[in-house]
Amino acid sequence: MNDKEKLRKTIIPIGPFHPLQEEPEFFKLYVEGETVVDIDINIGYNHRGIEKLSEAKSYDQAAFLVERICGICSNAHPLAFSQAVEDLLGVEVPERALYIRTIIAELERIHSHLLWLGLAGHFLGYNTVFMWAWKYREPVLDIFEMVTGNRNHYGMNKPGGVRKDIAEEDIPKISKMIAELIPAVDMFKGAVLDDPVLHARLKGVGVLKKEDAVEYAALGPVARASGVNIDVRKDEPYAAYNLVDWKVIIENDGDCFAKTKVRILELYESIEIIRQCLKKIPKGPIDARLKEVPPGEGIGRIEAPRGECIHYIRSDGSNSPVRHKIRAPSFMSVPTAKASVVGQQVADATIILASVDPCYCCTERMAVVDRKSGKEVISSQGLVRLSQEKTRKISLSF
Amino acid sequence: MAKQLIFDIKERLGDIVFQMEEKSGKRIYLSVHKSDLRRVASVLHNDLGARFSTASGMDNIKNFEILYHFSFDDSGKIISIRTFVDKDLPSVDSLVPVIGSGAEWVEREMHELLGLDFSGHPGLKRLLLPEDWPQGKYPLRRDFKNE
Repeated sequence: MNDKEKLRKTIIPIGPFHPLQEEPEFFKLYVEGETVVDIDINIGYNHRGIEKLSEAKSYDQAAFLVERICGICSNAHPLAFSQAVEDLLGVEVPERALYIRTIIAELERIHSHLLWLGLAGHFLGYNTVFMWAWKYREPVLDIFEMVTGNRNHYGMNKPGGVRKDIAEEDIPKISKMIAELIPAVDMFKGAVLDDPVLHARLKGVGVLKKEDAVEYAALGPVARASGVNIDVRKDEPYAAYNLVDWKVIIENDGDCFAKTKVRILELYESIEIIRQCLKKIPKGPIDARLKEVPPGEGIGRIEAPRGECIHYIRSDGSNSPVRHKIRAPSFMSVPTAKASVVGQQVADATIILASVDPCYCCTERMAVVDRKSGKEVISSQGLVRLSQEKTRKISLSF
Repeated sequence: MAKQLIFDIKERLGDIVFQMEEKSGKRIYLSVHKSDLRRVASVLHNDLGARFSTASGMDNIKNFEILYHFSFDDSGKIISIRTFVDKDLPSVDSLVPVIGSGAEWVEREMHELLGLDFSGHPGLKRLLLPEDWPQGKYPLRRDFKNE
C-alpha cells in the first residue's frame, strides 16, 4: 500500500464515539472510498422479551403491555392484538368503537409521518422542515391528550372495543385541528416535492426495485413506494376503513423521493378518513364486554404507519395467552436497506436508511467502517453532517 | 375468488395437506408434515402469489409447532401452514431457498428463542439475544427458567 493509498484509507473519525462501544452497531456500513459496499444490520437493543412476558399477563393486561413496544406507533400493537383475540372469538366489535379505532389509528399515522418528515428534513440539512413538521405534529398530540389522556401510549384499544369514548364536545375540536393541518401539509408538499435541491438529494437515490421489495416481503410506505400495492386497510379491511372513501398511495420509482412522496400524500388520506369518520360516527356502545377467551387461535393485523403489524394468539382457555407472537412492520422493511444502500454514496446513507423508517433511537447507532482496514471511519453524527453538507453544496449550485 | 383459492390449493396439494381448517372466511390453517413444508410454501408463494407475512414457533411440551403465515392480499386471506416438529429432532428445512429473504430474520429468531434448527438457512446467527446470552438456553421454551 503506497502513501497515497494509506492517506485515502486513514480517515480521521468525525464526532464522538459512544462511550459503551462494546455493542454491535445497528447499521454497520462498509465503505471503499465514497461508496457503500456492504451493510450489516444488527437489532436486539430493545429486545425486552415481550412475547414471553405476555404469557404471564391476562388478555386485558397484554394490551397495555404491547402498547409499550414502541412510542411512535403505540396504538398499532394494541389494535392488532385486540383484533387477534376478536378473531379467535369470532366476535363483532360495536360500530362506534370501530370508528373510534379508525380515528385514533389515523391520528397516529399523521403524527408518525410528520415525525418522520422532520427527521428526514434534519438529515438533509433542512432544519426548517424539521421544526415545522414537529410544530404541526403538536396539535395532533394535543388531541391525543384530550381524548385519551396521553400524548403517547393511549390505552385506547382492548379486545372487544375501546376503553374510552370520544366526547361529543371534542368532535368539533378534532375536526378543526385536522382542517388546519391541510394547509400545513400543502406547504410540506410544496416545500419538499417541488424543491430542486431536494430533487437532487432524493431522486434516483437509494432505489429499492420492486422485485427486491417483493423478495424481502417489504411492507408499508417502503413497499408502496416501489409499486407494491399492499395496504391492510384495503386488503383485509378492519375498524371502519371500508365504511369511508379513501385511496392507497402507490409510487413506482422506489427511491427516497418516492418514499417521501408516499408518506406526504398519505397524510391527506388520513385527514380525509378522520373527517369522514367524525361525520359518520354513530352513537352506541364502545365495548363488546368480552368475558373469557376459550381455547383456540387468532390472527389480528392492521396497517401501522410503517406497514402491516400482525399478532398471533393461541389460547388454552386460561386467563393468559399460551403464545403471543408479534411481528412489527419494520422487521420486514428494515432488511431492505441492504438492497437500497449498497452501491450508493456514503453521504446519502443517512437519508436512505432513514427512508426505511426504522425506530429512531436505533438509527443513532450507525457506524461506517472502511472495508479494507476494518476501522471505523465515520460516526453517526459524522454521517448526518456529511448528508447536510451535501445539501449545502448542491444548493450553492442552484 | 375465495372458493377458487381453496380449490387451487386442494388441486395442487391433495393429501399433502392432512388437515385443512377454515376458522373463518379469512383464516385458513393447513397442517402438513415437515418434509412437505418447502413444497407447500412454494405452491402458496411462488405458484399462487402469496406474500410471506411471518412465522410463529411455539413449544407445545410434547412437540414444537411452527406456523408460517402467508397473506393473499387480493382477497385479504391469511393461509397458515402448520407443521409439528419432534422434540428429539428440532430441525426443519429453511424456507429461505424457496420463498426468499423475507424468511431470513424470523427463522433466526425462532432458532435462538426456541432452539429450532433451519437447515439450508444462509446464516443462522443471533438476531435479538445479546452475544453473551448463554448457549442452550431458549427463552420461549416451556422449561425455560429465568435464573
